[in-house]
Amino acid sequence: MGLGSLKRAVFVACVLPALWLFGRGITDGLGANPIEEVTHQTGIWTFRFMLGTLAITPLRYLTAWGRLVPLRRMVGLFTFFYACLHFLTYGVDYWFFDLDAIIDDVINRPYITAGFTGFVLLIPLAFTSTHAMVRRLGGRRWQQLHRLVYLSAGAGAAHFLWQTKIDLRRPGIYIGWLALLFGIRLWERFGSRWWRRVTG
Amino acid sequence: MLIQHPPGIASSEITEERIFLNRREFIHSAAGATLGVAAGSFSLGKDAEAMSLGQQEILNVQPGPFGTDEPKNSFEDITSYNNYYEFGLDKRDPSRNAHALTTSPWTIRVDGHVAKPADYHIEDLLKGIPFEERVYRLRCVEAWSMVIPWVGFPLSTLINRFQPTSNAKYVEFTTILRLSEMPGARRPVLDWPYVEGLRIDEAMHPLTILAVGLYGKTLLNQNGAPMRLVVPWKYGFKSIKSIVQMRFTADQPRTAWNKATPNEYGFFANVNPTVNHPRWSQRSERRIGRFFRQPTLMFNGYDDQVASLYNGMDLRRFF
Repeated sequence: MGLGSLKRAVFVACVLPALWLFGRGITDGLGANPIEEVTHQTGIWTFRFMLGTLAITPLRYLTAWGRLVPLRRMVGLFTFFYACLHFLTYGVDYWFFDLDAIIDDVINRPYITAGFTGFVLLIPLAFTSTHAMVRRLGGRRWQQLHRLVYLSAGAGAAHFLWQTKIDLRRPGIYIGWLALLFGIRLWERFGSRWWRRVTG
Repeated sequence: MLIQHPPGIASSEITEERIFLNRREFIHSAAGATLGVAAGSFSLGKDAEAMSLGQQEILNVQPGPFGTDEPKNSFEDITSYNNYYEFGLDKRDPSRNAHALTTSPWTIRVDGHVAKPADYHIEDLLKGIPFEERVYRLRCVEAWSMVIPWVGFPLSTLINRFQPTSNAKYVEFTTILRLSEMPGARRPVLDWPYVEGLRIDEAMHPLTILAVGLYGKTLLNQNGAPMRLVVPWKYGFKSIKSIVQMRFTADQPRTAWNKATPNEYGFFANVNPTVNHPRWSQRSERRIGRFFRQPTLMFNGYDDQVASLYNGMDLRRFF
């Protein structure tokens, strides 16, 4: 498969969850509390896309599959897309952006604080995702800026964990995957060098 | 005046709680062992039993007090969006899984500080009790709400019959625990069985009812068949479902959610928009079926009836 058709295939795959949710919406298939269901679904898909974005670099280490890297920007932007849907649903839910209620939430509800932080951190990343912006910032500075994605993912994980009522198994599985992806990076950056030194 | 003292019960006669709560499982397995290979007829019997458990019309339901003219939620919403963790954590799980629960025969153990402790058959308990329709708001601690036309009767009617002694300061309620029919209870999400409790004055309050039906028909299992508590001024988790035990105690019962996370779920759990859950706001709620959230009312709008129960109490401390 050429890069162009691979990109098209991944694009379609990334749109499907939103389409499926929309389809359930227009066929009355979202249950008794539709806004809650849309909030949950857009939230969980944001986290899945975040995992997908962060999996591309470790996959390259492990499989030398360099051809995945051009997809990273698209998957990353879809993470932002689902995060926007998630935030919009929340905003509409609170009386079409009742600012008092939202500010109260962002300040006083740790899980909202964390989720909002994760979302805000994605904005500069989406804004600087174009080739022109990479050139303008310079590769090094661009890369430093884009390390914010780790903070954003960590904030998203805290958001997921804190809003869970009692059963931590589900967020635990997702956060386990995130920890694995972080771990591979840390190993690649520090651990392997250290290992070579000790084994000399 | 004739005062009847019930015969004392030797502690060796008292069934251990776990076995008691699982007694149908025990009866089933015992029956299976006796019948040996009669598994076929056994399952046939179960099917016949299941069919007879379909919803029945409740006759002679009188309109009751404290109603609301807010639009009622649909039967579909009330029976498909439930928290009943013994059947699973998803809101739709109870409607998918609860049909497996056998609710007949059903006995309720009454014990503790009462003059008439016994294992009562539910039919005997309900005999002669006039049923009322009570249209109540239900506010879940998760910030959604419904309006539900319950069929039931005041809890005080039964309590008076059991004759609690002056030591009875609280009532502790327990939900059935039957692992073979409750897939969600096989995981230790909460410390099963589910336990809830009320102070005796809350239990005797005319708003507090035991419900046996809704929309004029017997309850479906996901709503707490055959009989559940409804305390409309408290968060929904207080309104315990499928009750198999009522114990009258001197000390405050240790309730399931309070044991799980005491800083999040208090014993009283009165609906209160000014005391937030530590992790989310209780200022507003979504009425199921409506698009926009609405403000949450003190005591879920029943403050005229119940505020006096808590005179002088710091409701931030006793949340």
